Amino acid sequence: MLFHRPETLENAIGIMQAGPVRPLAGGTDLYPGLRDGPPPAALIDLSRIAGLRGITREDGGWRIGATTTWTDIVRADLPALFDGLRAAAREVGSVQIQNAGTVAGNICNASPAADGVPALLTLDAEVSLAGPGGSRRLPLGDFITGVRRTALGEGEIVTALHVPDAPGGRGAFVKLGARRYLVISIAMVSAVVIPAQDGTIGEARIAVGACSAVARRLPGLEAALAGCAPEGIATVVAAADLSALTPIDDVRGSAGYRLDAVREILGRVIVAALGREG
Amino acid sequence: MSLDQVTDGLAISFDLNGERLSLSAPPAERLSEFLRERAGARDVKVGCNAGDCGACTVLVDGLPVCSCTTAAAQVEGRRVETQSGLAKADPDGQALVAAFQRHQAAQCGICTPGMMVSAVALLREVAEPSEAQVQDALGGVLCRCTGYRKIIDAVRDAKGSASVAPGGVGTAMARVDGLPKVTGTEAFGDDVAPAGALTLRVIRSPHHRAAFTFGDIEAWRAANGLDLVLTAADVPGVNRFGVIPGFEDQPVMAEGEAKFRGEAVAAVVGAGERLAMLDLADFPVRWTPLPHALTPEEGLTAALLHEERAGNIMCRGLVQRGDAEAALAGAAHVVEGDFSTGFIEHGYIEPEAGFAERVGDRIEVHCCTQAPYMNRDAVAKVMGLAPEGVRIVPTAVGGGFGSKLDLTTQPFLALAAWKLGRPVRMAFTRTESISSSTKRHPSQVTMRLGVNADGTLAGADFFGTFNTGAYASWGPTVANRVPIHASGPYRFADYRARSVAVHTNCTPSGAFRGFGVPQSAVAQEQLLDMAAEALGLDKLEIRRRNALTNGDETVTGQVFDTGMGILDCLDALKPHWDRAKAEAAAFNAAAIGTKRRGIGVASGWYGCGNTSMSNPSTIRAGITADGRIVLHQGAVDIGQGSNTVISQIFATALGVPVERIERVSPDTDLTPDAGKTSASRQTFITGNAARLCGEALRAQVLRLGNVSEAAVIEITPGAIRLTDGGAERVVPLSGEGYALEATESYDPPTKPLDENGQGDPYAVFGTTAQMAELEVDTALGTVKLLKITAAHDVGKAINPLLVEGQVEGGVAQGIGLALMEEFLPGRTENLHDYLIPTIGDVPPVDTLIVETGDMHGPYGAKGLGEHCLIPTAPAILNAIADACGARVHHLPATPATVRAAILAAAT
Ligand SMILES: Cc1cc2nc3c(=O)[nH]c(=O)nc-3n(C[C@H](O)[C@H](O)[C@H](O)COP(=O)(O)OP(=O)(O)OC[C@H]3O[C@@H](n4cnc5c(N)ncnc54)[C@H](O)[C@@H]3O)c2cc1C
Ligand code: FES
Ligand code: FES
Repeated sequence: MLFHRPETLENAIGIMQAGPVRPLAGGTDLYPGLRDGPPPAALIDLSRIAGLRGITREDGGWRIGATTTWTDIVRADLPALFDGLRAAAREVGSVQIQNAGTVAGNICNASPAADGVPALLTLDAEVSLAGPGGSRRLPLGDFITGVRRTALGEGEIVTALHVPDAPGGRGAFVKLGARRYLVISIAMVSAVVIPAQDGTIGEARIAVGACSAVARRLPGLEAALAGCAPEGIATVVAAADLSALTPIDDVRGSAGYRLDAVREILGRVIVAALGREG
Repeated sequence: MSLDQVTDGLAISFDLNGERLSLSAPPAERLSEFLRERAGARDVKVGCNAGDCGACTVLVDGLPVCSCTTAAAQVEGRRVETQSGLAKADPDGQALVAAFQRHQAAQCGICTPGMMVSAVALLREVAEPSEAQVQDALGGVLCRCTGYRKIIDAVRDAKGSASVAPGGVGTAMARVDGLPKVTGTEAFGDDVAPAGALTLRVIRSPHHRAAFTFGDIEAWRAANGLDLVLTAADVPGVNRFGVIPGFEDQPVMAEGEAKFRGEAVAAVVGAGERLAMLDLADFPVRWTPLPHALTPEEGLTAALLHEERAGNIMCRGLVQRGDAEAALAGAAHVVEGDFSTGFIEHGYIEPEAGFAERVGDRIEVHCCTQAPYMNRDAVAKVMGLAPEGVRIVPTAVGGGFGSKLDLTTQPFLALAAWKLGRPVRMAFTRTESISSSTKRHPSQVTMRLGVNADGTLAGADFFGTFNTGAYASWGPTVANRVPIHASGPYRFADYRARSVAVHTNCTPSGAFRGFGVPQSAVAQEQLLDMAAEALGLDKLEIRRRNALTNGDETVTGQVFDTGMGILDCLDALKPHWDRAKAEAAAFNAAAIGTKRRGIGVASGWYGCGNTSMSNPSTIRAGITADGRIVLHQGAVDIGQGSNTVISQIFATALGVPVERIERVSPDTDLTPDAGKTSASRQTFITGNAARLCGEALRAQVLRLGNVSEAAVIEITPGAIRLTDGGAERVVPLSGEGYALEATESYDPPTKPLDENGQGDPYAVFGTTAQMAELEVDTALGTVKLLKITAAHDVGKAINPLLVEGQVEGGVAQGIGLALMEEFLPGRTENLHDYLIPTIGDVPPVDTLIVETGDMHGPYGAKGLGEHCLIPTAPAILNAIADACGARVHHLPATPATVRAAILAAAT
């Protein structure tokens, strides 16, 4: 068994290039995924690379290092734009999971029920990748390509997420589950609203998770909400076309229930993102 | 090799509880395994290996993480703290030790390390946390015993200093066995194996039903460097076990055909490290899936699972009196409905575990069990040994709730250790535990209930179908118990209840807290509310009007002259009911959003001990020459508190301070048979044996001193001092072993049931009424519990704090049954798909202890363990209906189900 623990990104990329080796960050997806079986033959622990962790200001926005944990996000001093992501971070599993689990691990694991994804989608997050062929950057929506599938190429790792500034923007997130902690979402909704001067919605970004193979934005609803006054939200949401969502029936709930619940939560989340009580 | 690369065998250096350690290990080994097996930190518990239970929580550089999802090599250079270290040297850890003891925040204690470690991290940041902060900090640790409320109390009161004095019957003292649980030294099933023990893992069927043949097992064993492979052919005795005479139908390992997904077909034994690297999916077995039946409907027409059981019907139950049909025909209103519940997983946080070793011609099995003597006899049959050839030494049990009555690890361990002549250990994985050990029976109930215009019950007809799975286990007990209890604690002149248990290709159903009664209460108590609605009668009132009282006949014709306490329970709820009713009405009148409040009540009753069967307990005790008082206490404490209760009863009967009692823990070589820990029988039956034993010993002492009953006994080294009024006497103590000793048994008086189920099945019934207050978000179908008020007639509370603990824990399980739990074979085989309540799901529980005494119980005490959860689910379901009009017939009432019921009710 090989276990690498590089302290610099350069070394990490070298190791990734040298051989088939599986990245390990918080381990909160990787270990449960073993289902009591043996661990992979070769692992590379990314958690010792200082440069990969933490949230920093960068030109035109924010950089969230790949191994930034959910606890790091909960505790970071971030503007209201990040309220949705922060709320999602608090809902990831439990304190134990939040202390170990990382943002990149969440998107690389690419579960349809990943709680970080809808919030990151509404932040217009982009993903930085580094690998043998150099670095590249792509929108999160293009990075996750299916259930447990991503655009990660051979030997590539995620190094960071980037969130552009959105002055005045406020985020919100609601997760629906069958118990209070440690629960896989039945559905979740995230929103970022940038209000206009007159108190109406300037720009709305909405994403829904656990209701399609990959969490998705709802551009039609976003367009319909632009210019909408708080009192009008309910009507717009009631009329929204949710056919882009393709929820499944499973032990957590039926497809019909998911759609019904999502519509309800959409209204609440948008109102909350506008800074109103739901 | 670069410096930042580690491979097998390279040392990992880290700080464990303040001590620098350097240990070699496979670097990707789970930190939990590494700490337990290489660093000796067995206080780190493993409940799931998947991050779901939090039992393995440790602090890494001060932050709580799950050690089962952390690689050992990730702690290189870091600081790791575990419960035992924190309890010893950390001020918050020490404060929590005292607080957990004071509040009885540990029951079985298996979750306690995770709880306390998480709590230390919280207290370091927040000295006086709010309830919500405690819930957020401890939300990642599951507890199946306590219902969490005492844990919250303990953490919030960590800085408190109140003390709880020990005392006899009636004293809310701390658990006598609590300290090891709160300091990390308690030894559970997987904590006791000697170094060098080999590890055993079981090969199980991945299909609901399949024929199988083995490939070249020997070649595979040799190629993988294993020590042994076991199959059915290796069983020297009878490859059958069971718990009920005549129903021993389950093989240790299947022969030719596996009858349920998860059934054992073989076992492999080898060095732990070797097995950890092995993919058991490669084991040479060829499966041929066969048609299977998963529901009773399918079972009735499927190929027979057991030749002698026509139609796959394992057994039936019947209780009838009067003429139910005629009574229903004459009733003012008849309400009826179909109700169902699913498989419920016990969800103890400690998976089945143990080790065995051969000692001469005997085999010794150390394991977590609820039934040492039954295990002994069953293992002996499998091994082809006399019962005396087997010794069962129960370890601490990390929760049982019924499923640790049956054999699980024991026969495998015994077989392997016997063959190899070396100690062999095993712990079930969580998936094995969920998929293979017994579950609560899924139920389908059809019931009709008739009421008269004056609110009295006219009659009832109940039919319950129970999915008993592939093997019998305790299925016959469920089929018998349900018809007796399906009336609820109410008067019925005309009643008929029938039950049938049907085999399917599912995990065997067995004993789970309540033996079928919680399932029947879901139907019966909801129908009672529907009847009250038909009459326009208050829901508490309809129960009061029909409650059994002393002198009434139960549905089996049994009459209790004392101790029928259901009316007392309902009356205890009355002021709370009136308050809650007014509050909910006010809330709803003002509500503009989607939230509505509701309140619901339900009753329950439960006969303590086996149904119409002898089930004695024996207790032995002695006094040594040097003045030690030794109690051979064979009733396994699975967290419910029998060690404490039995000690309190015995001390009171003997007339000595409880802290003077030394216990010899259950061990088939050292303690007489105190029966199994089930059927709420230990306080009542073993308690009585302890009382008789204490009294017998006291009588001996008094006789020797020639003093009166009123004498005060003081036992000192070499002598017993007796003070009787003004007179003082000294009885010298001398000799080897016990200078004085007594052994006493108790068997509750019952009478067999006739062909109509008429008779006296139990010597004692305990009764309860619970009330739920909750809020439904009608747009989402989510339910937020606000409060549970639980009135319980326990006859006499031997230890009121333990009573509260039992009630809170039972209520939490009732919440799970009502709102979230369902085991679906092959689908919810882990603790992230099978949900049990977390610390955020159990509201405050107000326990109202009712003490009506009892004719038979020790000092008037009755059993309690199972009663606590019977009314919870129906009370919650009734409250949901009260809040939003939605009547949930098929559990669990998940948000989707509740929402569907709301939509259905609106149309
Ligand atoms: C009990 C429990 C509860 C949970 N609850 C939730 C929840 O409520 N919501 C939720 O969304 N998730 C939940 N999770 C899942 C998990 O905690 C999160 O997805 C977490 O963010 C994963 O991060 P990690 O660092 O632990 O990932 P790891 O397990 O370390 O890695 C996950 C996967 O990503 C790969 N990987 C990690 N980092 C990189 C990288 N930088 N570049 C390329 N590949 C990488 C790994 O190879 C692996 O395949 C839960 C998990 C557990 C065990
Ligand atoms: S054993 Fe680690 S969380 Fe359950
Ligand atoms: S005391 Fe918590 S699981 Fe038993």
